[in-house]
Amino acid sequence: MIKTLLKSVREYKVPSILCPIVMVGEAVMEIIIPFFMTRIVGQLEMLAKAEIQSLDIGQIALWSSLMIVCAVFALVCGVWGGKLAAKASCGFAHNLREDMYNNIQSYSFANIDNYSTASLITRITTDVTNVQNAYQMSIRMLVRAPVLFIASIIMTSVIEPKMALVFACAAITLGAVVAVCMFKVVPYFRTMFKKYDDLNSVVQEDLTAIRVVKSYVREEREIGKMKNASGEVYKYSVKAERILTVMMPCATLVMFIVNIVILTLGSNMVNGTIAGNVQASQIQTLIQYSAQILSGVIMVAMCLNFISLSKGSMDRICEVLNEKTTLPKPEKPVFEVKNGSVDFENVNFAYSQKSEKVVLSGINLHIAEGETVGIIGATGSGKTSLVSLIPRLYDVVGGSVKVGGVDVKNYDMDALRNNVAMVLQKNVLFSGTVAENLRWGNENATDEELCRAAKQACADEFIQALPGGYDYDLGQGGVNVSGGQKQRLCIARALLKNPKVIIFDDSTSAVDTKTDAQIRSSLAKYAPHTTKIIIAQRIASVQDADKIIVLDKGKISGAGTHDELIKSNAIYREVYESQVKGGEEQPAESLTKGGGENE
Amino acid sequence: MSKEMATPRGGVKGGKHAKAPSKTLKRLLKYAFSRNKVATAFVVFFVLIASVANVTAASRVSVIVDELILIGKGEASPDLWNVIYPNVILMGSIYLAGSVASFAYNIIMMYIAQGTLKKMRDEMFAKMQYLPLKYFDGHTHGDLMSLYTNDVDTMRQLLTQTIPQIISSAITLVAVFVFMVIYSVTMLLVVIAVLAGIVFATKHIGSRSAKNYLIHQKALGNLNGYVEEMTEGQKVIKVFCHEQKAREQFKAVNDELNEAGRKANSYAFILGPVNNNLGYLQYVLVALVGILVMAFGNETGLLSIYCSVMNAEKVNRVALVAGMVVSFLMFSRQFNMPVMQVSQQFNAIVMALAGAERIFEMVDTAPEDKGGEITLTYGEYEAKKWAWKKPLPDGSAEYVPLMGDIRFNNVVFGYTDEKVILKNISLYAKPGQKIAFVGSTGAGKTTITNLINRFYDIQSGEITYDGIDVKQIKKDDLRKSLGVVLQDTHLFTGTVMDNIRYGRLNATDEECIKAAKLANADFFITHLPEGYDTMLKGDGANLSQGQRQLLAIARAMVSECPVLILDEATSSIDTRTEKLIEQGMDKLMEGRTVFVIAHRLSTVRNSHAIMVLEHGEIIERGDHEQLIAQKGKYYNLYTGAFELE
Repeated sequence: MIKTLLKSVREYKVPSILCPIVMVGEAVMEIIIPFFMTRIVGQLEMLAKAEIQSLDIGQIALWSSLMIVCAVFALVCGVWGGKLAAKASCGFAHNLREDMYNNIQSYSFANIDNYSTASLITRITTDVTNVQNAYQMSIRMLVRAPVLFIASIIMTSVIEPKMALVFACAAITLGAVVAVCMFKVVPYFRTMFKKYDDLNSVVQEDLTAIRVVKSYVREEREIGKMKNASGEVYKYSVKAERILTVMMPCATLVMFIVNIVILTLGSNMVNGTIAGNVQASQIQTLIQYSAQILSGVIMVAMCLNFISLSKGSMDRICEVLNEKTTLPKPEKPVFEVKNGSVDFENVNFAYSQKSEKVVLSGINLHIAEGETVGIIGATGSGKTSLVSLIPRLYDVVGGSVKVGGVDVKNYDMDALRNNVAMVLQKNVLFSGTVAENLRWGNENATDEELCRAAKQACADEFIQALPGGYDYDLGQGGVNVSGGQKQRLCIARALLKNPKVIIFDDSTSAVDTKTDAQIRSSLAKYAPHTTKIIIAQRIASVQDADKIIVLDKGKISGAGTHDELIKSNAIYREVYESQVKGGEEQPAESLTKGGGENE
Repeated sequence: MSKEMATPRGGVKGGKHAKAPSKTLKRLLKYAFSRNKVATAFVVFFVLIASVANVTAASRVSVIVDELILIGKGEASPDLWNVIYPNVILMGSIYLAGSVASFAYNIIMMYIAQGTLKKMRDEMFAKMQYLPLKYFDGHTHGDLMSLYTNDVDTMRQLLTQTIPQIISSAITLVAVFVFMVIYSVTMLLVVIAVLAGIVFATKHIGSRSAKNYLIHQKALGNLNGYVEEMTEGQKVIKVFCHEQKAREQFKAVNDELNEAGRKANSYAFILGPVNNNLGYLQYVLVALVGILVMAFGNETGLLSIYCSVMNAEKVNRVALVAGMVVSFLMFSRQFNMPVMQVSQQFNAIVMALAGAERIFEMVDTAPEDKGGEITLTYGEYEAKKWAWKKPLPDGSAEYVPLMGDIRFNNVVFGYTDEKVILKNISLYAKPGQKIAFVGSTGAGKTTITNLINRFYDIQSGEITYDGIDVKQIKKDDLRKSLGVVLQDTHLFTGTVMDNIRYGRLNATDEECIKAAKLANADFFITHLPEGYDTMLKGDGANLSQGQRQLLAIARAMVSECPVLILDEATSSIDTRTEKLIEQGMDKLMEGRTVFVIAHRLSTVRNSHAIMVLEHGEIIERGDHEQLIAQKGKYYNLYTGAFELE
């Protein structure tokens, strides 16, 4: 998993490696400075003991200037290391986001279905930030802290090996304490994060459904839910933090004990009770080393803690990075789509290989170039699934789908999709102008071409009426136009591709019948060779098609013209009646006229 | 792509939060600590003990070192029990006391902080429930969600770390200062001089870091917005082979974030080393000055005065000074430490205050008013009948039976004062009538229904319910009397049964199942893995839009409200299924006043009255035949000559 993530370091390898090295430079200085200090203070001590008559100014000048040099060097290293850490960790995060997003772009529909938008956003932002923090901690601390630790031990043994032994014991004890605490705390944190997610979903659910909550006067109930959720978060936060709260004073206590031991042992060495080579002036330095050694241990523990906590984030990122498109590329792709004929041969389809739920079974269908085909069926009968197979949004489970006589699996993906345009049921416009949105269909379309496509989709008229016309800003998700207008823009966008096959997946549901008919007739007129496949709820939208296919529970229940189906197909007849004949029924009783307050 | 492509969200919105941070801080502290006065007093007490213990324990070191030097010189007895051991034991006890105290304040503070966070979340949420819908219209979900997560989290760090740190730092600073004055004024001056440098550097770097941090937050918001918009339309990207374009655009946004992040983090990361190493410089300078003091012997510190007074025997002055320098070096480190620690909390404070301000802004928003005095009663006036209860001044009450008669008299309404949506609307619905609204998007259909349940308040005119002005009715009771099925169906986490029961909490399982059957939802529910006990998650993501609408209808059926509002309640149900649930719908509407908004004209055809709305005005009204005969807009719509938008 870590290997997958580290692939994204790329151009930031140099700062990533340089940063710990520079940090080690700083750490070494931090060890050397107290050591030099012992030399200076040692002079004082010798003077005090009358071992020397006067201070050796040269010595003092030497050591103190060396110390200043060290401090400046440490400063430079520290600042440089900080900058390198920032560069490396932000760069790593940047590459991770880029790699994730790029991989998402290669996802098939089946891949996309696995992730909700919200989850992808969390993965690209929050999860990456968590990993970035762990990475930053690692390159700054994970090398520096052990170096600090080892160097301090070495310096201590230079002064007195017995003291080094004391430190080593203390470090092991502290390490054990910290390790036990971490071991206990991590599961609590995991649970706490889960409780956090629950809390978030309570808030989110309440926000999206606030009108329902208010309509049914269920505020109290929602508040109760929140109290439960926040109570759970509280419970596990307290459990986790209680351990951490115990840990820190424990760590300082260990440090204090070490200080006491140093003083006792040191005193005994000075007065000669215990053999040892400690000067009074070195005691201060030893105490400082002890602090560094122990803080090194704590730092490493914190780092490991951070990394283990970000493991969940790492997993989620890796999932996105490792997800392979479910649509394998052909070895020798076909780049040309000869014509707009479409063939289904014994097609079976399910959204997941494992799933027992067969969506389409035994579909055989031939659609000739330029034909208009209508598809009718109840919700869940497989209409959308059927047409999704044509631009190879999903792969069939059995049988084959051919466009222009070639199996869709053998086409270059872009070539196929540029020739098979699909107006999706859940269509989306993007922020930007009308023209920018239309040019999704063809980047290089001229203004005239835009206008022509818009006219064919009966959109030109309302676009012209918008302030700024084709330069009108649609706002995020196209919020500034109505549902029907949005649908017509989406149709125009698809038409700009000049496709050989165009599929309308219930894409005129918000357009009135008259305009709907107009779009269909202009298509027939201006794109006679384009195969048109129309999914509709309204019989009127498909009534004139060359062929109408009635789908029922994933099977073709009937195919033929309107007149044929009225006679032969019960389902079709029923739908037709519910829409057309029903209109002639009168309300059962004559009703008192209401609402009228004549103006 | 437009430059305004993505709106920043969640993060800090620049400039806006510069106002009165001290006031915010004061309020925040009051919020956290006023509830826990005793605990807070204990925290301060224990922090005091811990800090003083830390400093005094360190001062013992110098005494020990002094004595050791004398022992080494042979001027003091080598018996460690004379001075050394008593001091070591004293130090050990002080350390122990300090550790216990620091443990105590940490744990108390942790409980205070977590308790405050919980209380804050609960209160925010409770407060939010009663905010008017206008508030929700004006804020994105992302912004509101981040109040509960990001913003509350910044409080956590402030409360558990920053505040105890500041208290302990202040105390340590004072204590160390006192010791330093006692030891040497000259060296203290050196310490203060370098400290001034540290403070300057901190301010310089810290403010840059904070500034860049805000830029970084904005860049993060941009990226968030971009990913949100594009991922929502990911399938469109696929269908149009737009992947490469999307990658390029993402790269631009991502590069910007990288740059901002690098800058913000750089400043944050260099602050530590700069302060730390300035500390080392100070260390060296203090040592040098200490030596100079010793060499030239003009110390003015209180200790030297004390020595000169007390030490008639003239203990070796040099030895004293050596011990003093050693201690002083330790003090100088201890003096810088709190300053550095507080400087590391700089960003935390800035962020916490920004977060607190956003939280307070929400908490301070005025809630919806509760409505009037009139309440809804069941069985009080007449057995098994609903009635409005008007309290009279003399303590008795007047009852008005609930009929479901709703009238609009010259209603004018706009979401903002500038833009009027409904212009002088008058209409009435007699008990049991079905009134339909037809018209383009934005004509004001949904708005009318939003006024009946007082989601919004009208600018002028009057809406009456059984002859009572709706403003006189208690809002909760008003809403309880209205059943609604909204355009966007929302389901809650819980079982299918829970979701149906949402309509009436005391409905039995049988009643819920009966409602589901009437809504024609029973069929698909029984095919779910666990039937009515199937858990729904993520707004019922595992159901189709049509199935969710069926559940919403069942929910409304259970509620047994005398008045129903159906806002595009069957828009996602195919005509065949709609036909199937027609019976159920008829049953649902039976004996109730119903307001229907529908796109499909077939749905509204049998209404008692159909209102055709355009630009906030009723342009036609009458029943189906009358409107057809009128050959106006409705006729055109019905025959398909005009489109509905």
